[in-house]
Amino acid sequence: MEILDALLQGFIVALEPINLLLVIVGVTVGLFIGAMPGLGSVNGVAILLPTTFLVPPTSAIIFLAAIYYGAMYGGAISSIMLGIPGASTAVATTFDGRPMALRGEADQALTAAAVASFVGGTISVLLFTGFAPPLAEVALAFGSPEEFALMMLAFATFIGLGGDDIPKTLFSIFIGLALSAVGLDIISGEPRLIFFDIQGFFHGINFLVLAIGIYGIGEMLWTIESSRGNVRVSKAMVSVDRILGALRRTKEAVGAIFAGSFLGYFVGILPAAGATPGSMMAYGVAKMISKKPDSFGKGNISGVAAPEAANNAASTGSMLPMLTLGIPGSPTTAILLGGMVIWGLEPGPRLFVDQAEFVWGLIASLYIANLFAVLVNIAFIPAFIWVLKMPFTILAPVIFILCVVGGYAPTQNMHDVWLMFVFGIAAYLLRKLDYPMAPAVLAIVLGPLAEVSLRQSLLIAHGSPMIFFERPIAATIMAISFVLFALPLVKYIRARLSDRAAGL
Amino acid sequence: MKTMQGLFIRCLAATLALGTSMLAFSQAAFAWEPKKPVDFVIMAGKGGGADRMARLMQSVIEKNDFASKPFIPINKPGGSGAEALLHLKNAKGIAADHTVMVTLNSFYTTPMRQKNLGIDPLSFTPVGRMAEDTFLLWVHKDSGITNIEDFVKAAKAEGRDWIMAGTGKGQEDQLLTDFLNGAYGLQMKYVPFKGGGRVAKELAGKHAHSTVNNPSEQLGFYEAGTTMPIASFTPERLPMFQEAPTFKELGKNFVYFMQRSVVGPQAMSDEAEEYYRGVFKKVYDSPEWQKYMTDKSLQGEFITGDELIAYWTDNNGRHETILKAIGEI
Amino acid sequence: MRRMEIIMAIVMGLCSIGLMIKSAELEIGWIPDEGPGGGAFPFWLAAGMLVCCIWIAFNWWQRTSPPSTSVEAFMDRPALILFIIAAGSLALMIGLVHLIGIYGSVPIFLVFYLRLFGNHSLRLTSALALTIPVAIFFFFEVTLKITLPKGSIEWIERVIFFPLYEIFL
Repeated sequence: MEILDALLQGFIVALEPINLLLVIVGVTVGLFIGAMPGLGSVNGVAILLPTTFLVPPTSAIIFLAAIYYGAMYGGAISSIMLGIPGASTAVATTFDGRPMALRGEADQALTAAAVASFVGGTISVLLFTGFAPPLAEVALAFGSPEEFALMMLAFATFIGLGGDDIPKTLFSIFIGLALSAVGLDIISGEPRLIFFDIQGFFHGINFLVLAIGIYGIGEMLWTIESSRGNVRVSKAMVSVDRILGALRRTKEAVGAIFAGSFLGYFVGILPAAGATPGSMMAYGVAKMISKKPDSFGKGNISGVAAPEAANNAASTGSMLPMLTLGIPGSPTTAILLGGMVIWGLEPGPRLFVDQAEFVWGLIASLYIANLFAVLVNIAFIPAFIWVLKMPFTILAPVIFILCVVGGYAPTQNMHDVWLMFVFGIAAYLLRKLDYPMAPAVLAIVLGPLAEVSLRQSLLIAHGSPMIFFERPIAATIMAISFVLFALPLVKYIRARLSDRAAGL
Repeated sequence: MKTMQGLFIRCLAATLALGTSMLAFSQAAFAWEPKKPVDFVIMAGKGGGADRMARLMQSVIEKNDFASKPFIPINKPGGSGAEALLHLKNAKGIAADHTVMVTLNSFYTTPMRQKNLGIDPLSFTPVGRMAEDTFLLWVHKDSGITNIEDFVKAAKAEGRDWIMAGTGKGQEDQLLTDFLNGAYGLQMKYVPFKGGGRVAKELAGKHAHSTVNNPSEQLGFYEAGTTMPIASFTPERLPMFQEAPTFKELGKNFVYFMQRSVVGPQAMSDEAEEYYRGVFKKVYDSPEWQKYMTDKSLQGEFITGDELIAYWTDNNGRHETILKAIGEI
Repeated sequence: MRRMEIIMAIVMGLCSIGLMIKSAELEIGWIPDEGPGGGAFPFWLAAGMLVCCIWIAFNWWQRTSPPSTSVEAFMDRPALILFIIAAGSLALMIGLVHLIGIYGSVPIFLVFYLRLFGNHSLRLTSALALTIPVAIFFFFEVTLKITLPKGSIEWIERVIFFPLYEIFL
């Protein structure tokens, strides 16, 4: 009851007119920032941070949380409509969102994404309300070996995502991981893979550079070629009936949404993991539990809903280590953490006690931000669909320009724009030869996390890999991931055997 | 020709500004002012100590209207700050007058460790030293260690299994670890993590035995009673952690600070230098900054110009000696 | 298509070897008591890439992968022309950013693409070529405070953007 009381107090804070207004403005601004390829919640929060000095800290963090939420919703928009993930958290959304949009079901996918985000957000806030302190203990128990085990689990869940050509899928994973190694090796402190001594490689290859290159430029070139540059209007329709129909259709994905929400939240609370592995694992799990796993990647509504539920759940989840441990679970929470310092709030285990008004005001505002985000998002769907209806010869140059500006904005370095261009051309040529590209994009996100946690663990254990099997949490996760790795193999062998039995 | 052009533009800009910002105008009308948003380069990644401080400075500037144009933080953590240093070195023309950078001690160590960059930190324009961050030796409360003798005994018993978590190879935390290993005959294993907050959590979660965090990074856990400081690397005991003696008191004369300074490119004009110096002096004197310094146990006066150069020269020499002693260069 | 398959496998194989050599600048072996060295991770991944390329080449020789049996051209003439125009104009736009900045190259790119490539009316072309840079300026520079490149010709920045900054920031 103590919690409910505190939450009620929080709602009173969050429902003050100024705070309510900030939530609505924040959600709308966040939606547009998130929808822009290249810009994500990080940019939105970072840029608006100083302006929040003008209002009391509680209102300020409510505003930033609203932007955060809005941007998480917005990320799905460019993933679905343009096939360009605006942030790493929305990569998995492109896998099925883009095919749906190409089939003329963009409105359905957008609605499903909005609803799934809402459910994911709500479930995670409920979990946050009920179990924040015990979950903080779980986060604390996660060291490097556990983190590495978790990365193995993430790889295992999307092992089935590649194409049919095994060497090409493997090649794509390897090149993604290898590109993720460019920059600084934090264990030895040495710069690594600085090709031709170009200083732009010092900061490594940003995920966005690869993703915008592959999905923005590569995909555009592909479309231009396959449509022969013709003025072509993509099929896109929208009406109230269709949106209501889409809401009904989203019911198909209920299982995926719930699985995604819980998974996303639990992965999100782990320091350093954040929303990206969470959304990918949710996609993998949705495919596993689906009755029609073959339709994934070809426009299955569950494939849109699961990662969207997960990334919103994870973004709430990542606030937990930020508030209770003072460590950011994602770049966005890193900035929010900076904000708390500016407002003179000390993150840490004492925060829930010392700053109850702030914490519960924030939690209550998450409920409200979530509600407004889904409403604003659905209200804007017709506008987004209208954009899709533009002739392709107008859309294409505009997307190219957005790619260039979006590639430049995060690091403000032209080097990244050129790199993005090169990746785009390479992706286009490779794609024509049936090399799958998604594994490379996933690998570049997980690569650094996996490598660093592996080497930290080995340092701690004096080089003995047994550390992953001696610690209970790590061992359990490792065991699950081995089972998942083995499953497709078993299936494959069994299929071969039955083929042989049938005399093929 | 250039001055003519400059004058013309200045007149144009001033005319346009007339209606919009009376405030900017009331301050000395002919003093140099930024003409475009100022690039506020941060030599470290998002969320770290330097980043948080830079964003605080930015907010103070914005809130109090200390500058007529916005300061825009850009993180350039690449190559332990090499990328940021090169960016500053290559800033010419307009960019030279519209770029400033927040630095830490990698300002000295990165050019030493990566000689091929050809960077001399002393050649940069000294804008101001905003603070010096302090270091303490931390352990988990449950370890039962309360003083340095216990610590040495426990660390000796564990030998190479004693894990010291820190923020990067060849950086501040490792220098301190190597000092402790040398001074007390220990064999602590140094494991690098990304960011001071993460390091603090490793200790709180008992994945590491000790750390040498800044107060700001451990404060949350300290206040919750999870971790505690054993000794400090300062000349005097810190007001906030009176229970922790200094290493000087313990007979090891070792003092170490992290500088939190603002520098400009070599090519920055004198007028611009004067301007930024004024801005950051105001930031230093602001109640917000002063409160932050007290809250997070930061020390140091605002110094600038030749005094700051002298400070850099002194510290540059010290780092060279330390890095040589531990075989990093 | 069949020829391109093997060319790509060879090119990618060469890239893998290059990556292996580059990785070997750091320790690629197992450092006792510590685990793998700094270069080990990229080195063995590059080795894995090389193995995949050999495998792809083997499939090509065995004719078991679809592209290796395809008789279609990798890019026929019209496709190649489209590709060169689209990719070339994009490269030119990015190159021009260095010289005349985003606000110079974006309108040029738009005019080229809409007018010559898309055959849109002059009115639509000029409307878009004017409004898009303005929209970019207000969204990125004014709202989000992200400074976009102005190119290496400094007087453009002095004459056009300093007054704009004075008004809007």
